[in-house]
Amino acid sequence: MKLRELVELLEAEVLSSHVDLEREIPCAFSSDLISDILMCTKEATLLLTGLTNPQVIRLADMIDLLGIVFVRGKMPPDELIQMAEERDLPLISTKMTMYRSSGLLYNSGLRSCKI
Amino acid sequence: MAEYWNISDEHQEEAKTFFMHAPEPEMSLNFDIAEKDFTNAGKGSAELKNILKRLGVNPEILRRIAVASYEAEINIAAHSVGGTMKSYIYPEFVYVTFNDMGPGIENIEQAMTPGFSTADELVREMGFGAGLGLPNIKKNSDVMHLKSERGKPTKLEIIVYYY
Repeated sequence: MKLRELVELLEAEVLSSHVDLEREIPCAFSSDLISDILMCTKEATLLLTGLTNPQVIRLADMIDLLGIVFVRGKMPPDELIQMAEERDLPLISTKMTMYRSSGLLYNSGLRSCKI
Repeated sequence: MAEYWNISDEHQEEAKTFFMHAPEPEMSLNFDIAEKDFTNAGKGSAELKNILKRLGVNPEILRRIAVASYEAEINIAAHSVGGTMKSYIYPEFVYVTFNDMGPGIENIEQAMTPGFSTADELVREMGFGAGLGLPNIKKNSDVMHLKSERGKPTKLEIIVYYY
């Protein structure tokens, strides 16, 4: 699924600049627990989370994240957006819940990442 | 002093040799980790990962090294009064030590149990404190050695082989 379709489906806002909306997203993972995300993701993936502290970007330094969707209308601080831009990591925010966002994406063919 | 050892079956011999007489590393890196400094915790692991990536270490091994050392860095920031991470890079493996200044782990066996956590509210709000830190370190390393007791500094050493 292209990032563009994902943004439309989730009625989301793109938070970081210079995002390539044609970027292909093969899979996703949803969690609010950092250890779970570290333990479970075995391939480059999109992350859906409610966490908005800078450690989410550190996480992207450890595992390969293709982008982060902040759910439940969470907005990260500017510091985090800047860190993401330095890493060319797309940030998206949706007002939808994690359950609804994940469900919509899954139904539209975005698979779960290998765990 | 309570101790915990875990060595993967494939690397028993190499690990034994290493701890008998550790050779000189090709490169070493030091990072200080301050108590509750969640802005900087993780920088050491990110830097280590970048260096190993440039050296051509396989991506799956890189992920294991990064996850194990990141969890250990977070443990120091979340649970100790501060400490250091020292990485020693060898041609076929990386050896990383984490030394904090206390207050130590009361019961290592309990701390190794997935889901057991003593993390406070601040740490949990940040998405940590699932009680999976030490189990995740064990899972992603070839050698894990943890030495700790209540009221004393904690020492953690890990080795991950590139093969």
